[in-house]
Amino acid sequence: MSQRYASIARDGLWDNNIVFAQALGLCPLLAVTGTASNGLGMGLATSVVMIASGLLIAILRGIITPQVRIPVFILIIAVLVTMVDMFMNAWVHDLHKVLGLFIPLIVTNCAILGRAESFASRNEVLPSAFDGLMMGLGFTLALVVLGATREVLGSGTLFANASLLLGDWAAVLELTLIADYKGFLLIILPPGGFLVLGFILAGKRLLDRRLAAQQQAQLNPA
Amino acid sequence: MSTPTEPSYRQRIAYQSMLLGGFATFAAVFLVSGNLATRDAIAERQKEDMLASLNQVVPATLYRNDLLDNPLRMLHSNGQTLTIYRGFDQSQVSALAWEVVGNGYAGEIRLIMGVDPDGKILGVRVIAHAETPGLGDKIEPQKDDWILGFNGLWLGNPPTQRWKVNKDGGQFDAFSGATITPRAVVAAIHDGLEFFKANRSHLLAMPQDAVSEPVPSNTSTVGVKP
Repeated sequence: MSQRYASIARDGLWDNNIVFAQALGLCPLLAVTGTASNGLGMGLATSVVMIASGLLIAILRGIITPQVRIPVFILIIAVLVTMVDMFMNAWVHDLHKVLGLFIPLIVTNCAILGRAESFASRNEVLPSAFDGLMMGLGFTLALVVLGATREVLGSGTLFANASLLLGDWAAVLELTLIADYKGFLLIILPPGGFLVLGFILAGKRLLDRRLAAQQQAQLNPA
Repeated sequence: MSTPTEPSYRQRIAYQSMLLGGFATFAAVFLVSGNLATRDAIAERQKEDMLASLNQVVPATLYRNDLLDNPLRMLHSNGQTLTIYRGFDQSQVSALAWEVVGNGYAGEIRLIMGVDPDGKILGVRVIAHAETPGLGDKIEPQKDDWILGFNGLWLGNPPTQRWKVNKDGGQFDAFSGATITPRAVVAAIHDGLEFFKANRSHLLAMPQDAVSEPVPSNTSTVGVKP
């Protein structure tokens, strides 16, 4: 059983990562990752939606027929996203001002519908919620890595405005790495997002290939 | 869906439609209760936002009332309804703030401007814009202090023919590479001052008189686009 959870975790975080392996959800990804903090906020909001949608759809999978499953899934996801949007607007308003435009985009993140369809509708409740958590964390990881890279290259800071998201203690995270940096506009604009994402994807492939070769070498030490 | 043998009633159209209808009903219930739970908090936050941006152009020391309370609504000659927030001190109008809109390079530039009763600019801030980062966004005070250059100016200073960017023979700097943005901002502010001049007596009248004036039927009080 624990092996199963381990494989779900591995799938979500690395092997089948929404961004790095499936290349899904790129629209919100490129839009918000100008800074690491924005990426983190968007990732966490998406994770909440993914956990809740996994949970709900796994609970309801017994009564939903295949013929109407897609509209029902979309309805559930849309309701969840709207709730997240309203709660964020009410209680983390400063972050909502930054991300507000992109929160509704979570609905269009096909990764959520994809997990509902391919995992939650076929598995029990707990593994589905766990899968949502891990897929969400994997997505968050991708957003933060991309956001941090673009932020350092583009504006010379790291985790700027993190205290808006996490509270005042997070001010220690806010670093100015390069003082008096004039900024590298291209990286902040959407094309920069594509460029950086491309390099990260290539890096991941390279790493995976190395690891596979290493494993191969261990298996046949001839 | 996980069970291979499905009961036959599930194949019926009635079951499918009941299912969809049922989910739609539940969705509506959830959304309504979510809205009820957050509505007041959101309105409160928006009010704080509005007050914060107003206080950037109208110093809080200049007035003693609640700026957001009972704003004045007026029809601009271009057909838009302006919402004018007025501050009072010693039973006269001591400061006014309203939103003006410029046509920038990439759509509307929404600005809020504050003036004193003599029509002198107390401050101007950009609320929302979609100008090019790195070029047009120098209108934001975080990027450049250009927008602060309007403080203390009025319609006669500089004279009308100089209320333009320097490329058009005026006195305001146009950023290199982005003339349209500052041009739009300057024009919007100038237009706002003209509006103040044209409606000065009405704008400076105390609320008792203002109540008798016909008020356009726009009823919402917070965050209205003019």
